Amino acid sequence: MIRALTLALCLLALPAAGSETIVAGLSQSRVSITANFDGSEILIYGAVKRDAPEPEDAPMQVIVTVEGPSTPLTIRRKEKTAGIWINRSAVNVGSAPSFYAVATSGPLDKILSSTENLRHKVSLDQIISDVGITAQAENSDDFITALKRIRIADGSYRLDDNSVILKEQTLFRADVQLPANLTEGAYRVRILLTRDGKVVDSSEQRIFVHKEGLERFLFNMAKQQSFLYGLASLAMAVVAGWAASAGFRLLRR
Amino acid sequence: MQLYLPIAEVSINAFLLTGIGAIVGFLSGMFGVGGGFLITPLLLLIGVPPGIAVATGANQVVASSISGVLAQFRRKAVDVPMGLVLMSGGLVGSWIGSKVFAWMTALGQVDLFVQLSYVAFLGIIGTVMFIESARAIWRSKRPGSVPVRRAHTHGWMHGLPFKMKFRASGLYISVLPPIAVGTFVGFLGGIMGVGGGFILVPAMIYLLGMPTKVVIGTSLFQIIFVSGFTTVLYAVNTHTVDMLLALLLIVGGVIGAQVGAQVGLRLKAEQLRILLAILVLAVAIKIAFDLLFQPTELFSINIGRLP
Repeated sequence: MIRALTLALCLLALPAAGSETIVAGLSQSRVSITANFDGSEILIYGAVKRDAPEPEDAPMQVIVTVEGPSTPLTIRRKEKTAGIWINRSAVNVGSAPSFYAVATSGPLDKILSSTENLRHKVSLDQIISDVGITAQAENSDDFITALKRIRIADGSYRLDDNSVILKEQTLFRADVQLPANLTEGAYRVRILLTRDGKVVDSSEQRIFVHKEGLERFLFNMAKQQSFLYGLASLAMAVVAGWAASAGFRLLRR
Repeated sequence: MQLYLPIAEVSINAFLLTGIGAIVGFLSGMFGVGGGFLITPLLLLIGVPPGIAVATGANQVVASSISGVLAQFRRKAVDVPMGLVLMSGGLVGSWIGSKVFAWMTALGQVDLFVQLSYVAFLGIIGTVMFIESARAIWRSKRPGSVPVRRAHTHGWMHGLPFKMKFRASGLYISVLPPIAVGTFVGFLGGIMGVGGGFILVPAMIYLLGMPTKVVIGTSLFQIIFVSGFTTVLYAVNTHTVDMLLALLLIVGGVIGAQVGAQVGLRLKAEQLRILLAILVLAVAIKIAFDLLFQPTELFSINIGRLP
């Protein structure tokens, strides 16, 4: 009952949201991780449907985000104590995405106002939940800065301003590179249309990243039949050790 | 050729992994150390998560130790009774060690404790071995001086009860010192998360008076059981053994171990000892450097929450 009511409300609210709506698609809604998986590129494309002529005041802009599954994290900092460098302070981050990419058609701080950023949680700072970290360590902001720095360096977080191609204020496309060290799960893809820093319309879709074949088999076995898996690993080691020894003995004859 | 590892969830070049396996296997076959203290840092360096590096490393150590021990068996250089006695002590010691490890974890300074014990033990063992084997080499180069064989000096150890004949080592001693050595090494291994071969080898040479050539095979024999036990333990408790990663390391490791055993055969006992001393000292110095000098990245990210 409540669900039907919400749906009805949404349907009523939609036309009122604005005269511009997104029609979008993805090049693939599934990413399969197989043994030779070495990253993947997804294409997010679409067009803007208009009921009325295009407003003249400010140009339309497009923001595309791709967000991987989130996990809690611990960030540690080394400090010099009694002459040696050791892990001293640590900060627990409630949740941070394993992957996050923001692609835009213009500079993010120009095309999205800070209030809209707060509401829609677009920039990296909004996505990483840093509630309650100030009590955990001195200069706790440094820990979040370090998290961003390390993950941008290894390609897990990507900020690609001006990488969305927008044609005639109507057609758009964004290519997002997924790295090779991808984790499994549902990846949330959001498309936001903005005008003058305000979000005009948004659309959300999901990409499912899934292990397949040998990867799936080994992963399932390790989790579900761990004792058997341990014995199998051991058996593999014994056979390989023996085979190498026997092989070398034949070689030396 | 990039390969996606199912448990580690990273994509790494397959030949790089085989190469790392081969290097560690080579050292393992040559010196009779498991190589756990080398493979973990090497895997961390190429981006394998720590827990997976430790557990999968243990699996690789099983394979290269078997490969190496079979080569030693052919030369009758394995003292099986001695290996079993050491192992019985080792299992007790590693159980106590893992309890102390858990206690240190609760105190929150386990990393530091592990690193400091590495530096201390590797530093002391490396230095003592280096000096002793350098002296032996220097003595053998002077003509006319006959090296003194002290295999049959009778000390307080020979007064202990429960004497046993260790034929391959040419020893007739009480089982108490080997059990004590095994327990101590197992204890350190349990704390430091390694098999303890690099402590066991010098202990067998200097404390028990075993001949260097027999020590290598016997150490490998003992390591097979310890690291095999560790592998299954990790697979069941933490699910951190990556079979695909292990396979690549093993392929390199078993071949490396065979080559290492052949090279070891051509070297003199004191040459082997000085090389192992240099390796042990190098690892100790590396860890000491990490502690003393400012790292390039002060921050580290761990998935999950601190307890």
